[in-house]
Amino acid sequence: MRAEGHGPADEVAAEVGPLLRTALHGRHVALGAKLVGFGGWEMPLQYAGIIEEHHAVRQRAGLFDLSHMGEVWVSGPGADAGLAYALVTDPARLAVGRAHYSMLCTPDGGIIDDLIVYRVAEERFLVVPNASNAPLVADELRVRLDGFDAALDDASSRTSLVAIQGPEARAILGALTDVDLASLRYYAIAEGHAASVPAFVARTGYTGEDGFELFVERDEAGTAWDALLAAGAARGLVPAGLGARDTLRLEAGMALYGNELDRDTTPMEAALDRLVKFEKGGFVGREALERAAEAGPRKRLVGLAMRGRGIARHGYPVHRPAEPAACGVVTSGTLSPTLGEAIAMAYVPMTESEPGTMLEVGIRATRVAAEVVALPFYKRGAPA
Amino acid sequence: MDVPDDLRYTPDHEWVRLDGEEGVVGITAYAADELGDIVFVELPAAGSRLETGAAFGAIESVKTASDLFAPLAGEVVAVNDALTSQPELINSDPYGDGWMLRVKVDDAADAERLEDAAAYRTRIGAA
Repeated sequence: MRAEGHGPADEVAAEVGPLLRTALHGRHVALGAKLVGFGGWEMPLQYAGIIEEHHAVRQRAGLFDLSHMGEVWVSGPGADAGLAYALVTDPARLAVGRAHYSMLCTPDGGIIDDLIVYRVAEERFLVVPNASNAPLVADELRVRLDGFDAALDDASSRTSLVAIQGPEARAILGALTDVDLASLRYYAIAEGHAASVPAFVARTGYTGEDGFELFVERDEAGTAWDALLAAGAARGLVPAGLGARDTLRLEAGMALYGNELDRDTTPMEAALDRLVKFEKGGFVGREALERAAEAGPRKRLVGLAMRGRGIARHGYPVHRPAEPAACGVVTSGTLSPTLGEAIAMAYVPMTESEPGTMLEVGIRATRVAAEVVALPFYKRGAPA
Repeated sequence: MDVPDDLRYTPDHEWVRLDGEEGVVGITAYAADELGDIVFVELPAAGSRLETGAAFGAIESVKTASDLFAPLAGEVVAVNDALTSQPELINSDPYGDGWMLRVKVDDAADAERLEDAAAYRTRIGAA
């Protein structure tokens, strides 16, 4: 048995140099986690098992250590205008206490990173990039904010991020926080206390479930983690690793940087046209993205449901039926624990991107039928 | 980690249990644990040929896909069809219900070239 030359496993194997450890590393080891390198960090891949943790998040709740993610503060009278210039979205239009999904693009319109922007005060924003891109995003933002009345503070190394996700998350966290969760809307953030430590509590996540992300001081992450795990046990809360996080986000049709998103891809190609706010005025990448929007994308991100036996994986070729040459490529794929069938995301030509289109994925020596389907694969029901 | 004494092992974590001219093939408990939740197995049909060291199939967990390598040359005489619907048997019972193939081996003496349990334990750091 030997791993194929595809997929995130490669990236794990390719990690070199000493890995950073989160404040919760000792707890992961004590919980028996299997650890892997991810984005320069040694992170828990799984504890009890990916499928079990996945179901726990869909049915009850899971607790994630996401301290590898970056936290970059942008403050000052020009913070809103500066971020509107630096990003494709318009953070100036965010109400205080609200957040949105955004992207940092190159002048050519390629995606440097995808991130969440929270407006915690009139003149104070929290930008959360991916772990591997965090230093790059901070550097790039610093350059782009030059000339705006705004200061940047990369707090990544002194901030921990703990997420509690799943239908029981609100009940579990509600008993441990002074933030009014009933009035905290989806994609909103509030400052207060959680699990007995000061925290920014955000109703965001990457699982397709209701849930919360808690930004706390690194020194206090252990206290918060222990309190949540203890208080949540009765409601079925379990620690969940990056393996379950990946299957959960894939079912929810959410893109992962490095798989679906990279510098050779525009937001339009990633089917995230809605993020790009041309009406806001000038911003980095604007001209290139206007041209891209006018010309139409060369490729389009789609969902694939496998109709034959096999699992499409990152890097596998996508073909039109009976055509020898590939027309696209799989970006992520797995066996969906919730649906019990193999699902994938892939880039295909615009002409093949309509739901219902039949394609084939090259899996080892064979071709397996796959149907283009609308994303997401999984959508949670209305809260009870 | 369970490494039964009566089996022979490949460096790629397959095992073979010889019984006269036939051998049963599977993957080790160590390999199953490394893979995590196994969700898919692709095995050759009965009647297929195995060549020593050549890929004969694939095994997939939630996270990754891996190729399977033949410990010995021979002809497949039976396939564990239960794995099609219950690949998790490889996690729960890698040396028993999680077996993959029964093979009529060309030369049982070839098994001498495979690692014994002690050597395999050393390989996986379970000595």
